[in-house]
Order: sequence, then C-alpha cells, then structure tokens
Amino acid sequence: MSRILAAVFLMAVVTYIPRALPMTFIKKRLTSSFIRSFLYYVPYAALAAMTFPAILYSTGDLTSALIGMGVALVLAFYEKGLLIVALGAIAAVFFSQILL
Amino acid sequence: MLFRDPDFRYGLKKGVPIALGYAPVAFTFGILAVSGGIPPSLAVLISLTNLTSAGQFAGTKLIIAGAPLFEIALTTLVINIRYLLMSFALSQKLLPNTSMLKRALISFGITDETFALAALEKDDISFSYMVGLICLPYWGWALGTALGAMVFSVLPGLVQNAMGIALYAMFIALIVPGGKKSRAVLAIVAIAVTISSLFTWVPGLKQVSAGWSTIIATLAACLAGAVFFPREEV
Repeated sequence: MSRILAAVFLMAVVTYIPRALPMTFIKKRLTSSFIRSFLYYVPYAALAAMTFPAILYSTGDLTSALIGMGVALVLAFYEKGLLIVALGAIAAVFFSQILL
Repeated sequence: MLFRDPDFRYGLKKGVPIALGYAPVAFTFGILAVSGGIPPSLAVLISLTNLTSAGQFAGTKLIIAGAPLFEIALTTLVINIRYLLMSFALSQKLLPNTSMLKRALISFGITDETFALAALEKDDISFSYMVGLICLPYWGWALGTALGAMVFSVLPGLVQNAMGIALYAMFIALIVPGGKKSRAVLAIVAIAVTISSLFTWVPGLKQVSAGWSTIIATLAACLAGAVFFPREEV
C-alpha cells in the first residue's frame, strides 16, 4: 500500500514538473518570429503525432479502429465539436465490433 | 470574484466538451486500475494528483506489474516531457503580468486538450480563463475514474473497447479544422504523423518509447514549420 502511495506521489511530481517549469519561469515575450512560428505549430504537431498511428491500436482490432477514425475525420471536417466527434467515433467502433 | 469574471465563465464553457470527453477515458482508467488490484480510492487519488492520460495509464500499469519506483518515475517522466513544449507555448500566450504563483497553479491543469484549446484561442489568455478551462475537465476526470472503479466488472468488454478511441477522436476534432484552413498546418500534421509512424513500424526505431517519439516528431514538424512556413503576424 505504501509502495503504491509512493509511486503515485512520484508520478504526480514528474507529471507536474514539465508542465510548470516553462510557464512559471518564462514571463518574457520572445520576439523571434522563428520561435513564435515554431510554438504556433506545437498543438497541431503534438496532437497529430500522438493520434497516429496509436489510434489504430486503441480499440482491440484494426478494422473497427479504422472505421472509428474515418467517422471522426468526417465529423471533424464538418467541425462538429469535440464531444460529437468523440461520441460518433465510440458509436462507430461499438457497432462495427458487433456487426463485423 | 472569480464567478463573475467573464474570462472565467468563458473558460468554463470551453471546458465542458473536454470534461465530457474525458469521462469515458477516465472511466476506462478506473476499470484498468481496479481490475489490476488497485483500491478504488487510490485510483481516484491518481486521477486527482496526476490529471494526465498516457502518463498515468503507463505508470499505473507499471505499479500493477510491480515495477521498481525508479522505473515508474522515469517512464512517466518521459511520457510527460511533451508538456515542456506545451507549457513553453502557453507561457507566450499568457498575459505577461500574471504572477508566478498563479502561473505555478494553472500549470497543474495543462493537459493535451486544455493546452490545445488555450493555444488555439485568438487572443492572449488570462489566469481566470485557465482556471475556468481546467475546472470541469479536472472533476470530469476524477468522477469518471470513480465511476469506472465502482462498476468495473459490470461493463461489457465491447463498450470498454469502443471507449478507447475517445481521446484520439478528440485530438482529430482539434486538428482537422486548423488543417482545413491552412496548408502549413496540413503539412506539419503530415510530417508529425509520418515520423510517429516510422517510430511505430520501422524495425530499430520501434525501440524508442512512445514518449520520446512524440517529442521527436513534434520538434521536427515544428522546426520544419518555422523554417518553411514562418508566420508573419504572430
């Protein structure tokens, strides 16, 4: 039990540190257009790298994952919002696993 | 008063879909933790103190496997190194006069999703906006974990499988609208996806952990973006 608690505490610390360091200590606005362009692209690059190909292994089988991804892409293309896209993908995976 | 602050209310509203999207994922986490022998109260404590998906899933799997503390801490750290980049990006978006204490407080709530919404805001962001944005996802994450921990044996496996895709679908919902509007964003997404695919499928590169491959793919894609598609007005 105390081993689990120690592990949870360590996990919390190493999760907090990378989140906190830059935001807490970099108060100055950087003027370099190179750095600002770089940072502008971070959300797109990070989310894209985390999504693909990991999404293919997120449901237990490739077919349902591909169908879920397809549904998410179409819903996102029509800008349906986070929740609709998530629920649509879940439903697509669920039904393709039942039917296929 | 925070509740009267329009920034706080605006952030709160923006956090609703994140919170609802978190619930099924946290639910899955609760199931994973409790089915591995972790007491429900500890599963919720993990969600309350870690507030992160990939990192706490990996850390918890290692706890269940009985891994040494050092390995648990190192694995979690590597998975979370990407937050350095996100926190850095947000440091440039937060109103410059925000105090260090306030900065230290809201940085606890930086997740892939809260970061993405905050970073994609048109204007600079304030402390109260971030507090509002973080509020509901935080409780959604904790509550989802508690529910999952309590009903873990009741839920059929098929529903559990289907919920695994929820976070990725949210990521897609965040990326695609930006890619529609900008060829540069589309190119950056293509580069990032190509690199992370290489790290997943190419022998030799496969040894690199998911945490590092995300960081390398992000750095490379953003570097290419800054070189080939520098932004004028930022």
